[in-house]
Amino acid sequence: MSGLGFTFFNLEVMARYLPAILQGFVLTIYLAVLIVISGIALGLVLALIRVLQIKPINALIVIAVDMLRALPPLVLIILLYFALPAAGVRLSGFGSTWLSLALVLAAFAEEIFWAGILSVPRGQWEAARSTGLSFAEALRFVVLPQAARLTVAPLTNRAIAITKGTALGSVVAVPEILTQATTAQSFSGNPSPLTLGAAAYLILFIPMVVLGRSIERRFSWKR
Amino acid sequence: MQALIDTFFNVQIIGQIVPLLLRGLGMTALLCAVVIPVGFVGGTLVAVLSTVPSRLLRALLVIYVDVFRAFPPLVLLIFIYFGLPFLGIDLPAIVAVTIAFLLNTSSYYGEIVRAGIESIGRGQREAARSTGLTATQTMVYVILPQAVRTVVPDLIGNTLEVVKLTSIASVVALPELLYAARSAQALTYNPSPIVAAAALYLVLLWPFVRLLSRFEHRMLAVA
Repeated sequence: MSGLGFTFFNLEVMARYLPAILQGFVLTIYLAVLIVISGIALGLVLALIRVLQIKPINALIVIAVDMLRALPPLVLIILLYFALPAAGVRLSGFGSTWLSLALVLAAFAEEIFWAGILSVPRGQWEAARSTGLSFAEALRFVVLPQAARLTVAPLTNRAIAITKGTALGSVVAVPEILTQATTAQSFSGNPSPLTLGAAAYLILFIPMVVLGRSIERRFSWKR
Repeated sequence: MQALIDTFFNVQIIGQIVPLLLRGLGMTALLCAVVIPVGFVGGTLVAVLSTVPSRLLRALLVIYVDVFRAFPPLVLLIFIYFGLPFLGIDLPAIVAVTIAFLLNTSSYYGEIVRAGIESIGRGQREAARSTGLTATQTMVYVILPQAVRTVVPDLIGNTLEVVKLTSIASVVALPELLYAARSAQALTYNPSPIVAAAALYLVLLWPFVRLLSRFEHRMLAVA
């Protein structure tokens, strides 16, 4: 047992690599915040464009969303990172990870927002327009507030799931938690940095999983 | 334009690496055939055990589910694959992948099946028990079949995510589709193999994305 402690909980090794893991921790949070904000914003914009009901544009949105839902995120990251340079577009590992995950989140968010907007009965639109509200006003003050309630739970869960994808950035050398932990492990020849990395992920994501669960209870899809 | 086609859709190169990609696809299929049933059975077990009266067991299961939903799957896989050898346990890549997927997907399937079980009215259980069925028989013959049927869309959605997730096995050098594509890219100095692999994922998974979209819209129409 002391051997196990020495191997996986080697305090000396942990102390040496703690700063690196902390750097990874901060970068993971930074990347995750960027992905969530840009992904959800883009998803909302796409859903709003879809409300305008312009047939060819809607078809394009549906195809793009379907493709992003069918492709594994890691394949997308690798495509952007290893294939795009051949066309002269060179993205950093950070850039490819951000762009890939933000696009995937945008696709899921668009579906969720669109489903939320569809769930508002037609009568609400018609009543709002008949009181003299413009199309944009009816959308902004009547439809979106009602749609928002339905979207909170699935959007939170999807955002959490995709945020965990930041670990995929390790494949293209983004220095986030997993990269820092595996690098430190191979330098030190000791798995204690992996233990630290695991702890960092739990500290980061356990609160999110618990938050997701409680939001799911409060804003459930069933009315 | 021709340069772009030669770079990304080079027919000659794709022709050369088709056998490699097909072998990768076969490995991906094999991987799915292993991890999906294992994860689903594990998850159903978690869900069924969550109905026992023992508070301690229920609390342990909640911790299990939350912890393994908090870890990004790639992190689990890396830790199992690179961490366990320090305990003197050397696992082949496919075993490490199976264990990582069992821990991750059984938590997700478990949450879904548990929601299904909770949606079945008390009366079903009481009626079944009053006809003389044991608690186990009630669960297996009465509750579970109904519970699973109510959550079919969520089960399909999760299974789609699991299939996409098998791409992370490439990180531990398991020769599945993405790994095959990356080796082919390294061999030919051309990104066409990665584009071809992405196209394969798209073609194979698109029908399921469409199916899910239909389910989601129908659910809203009922709500």
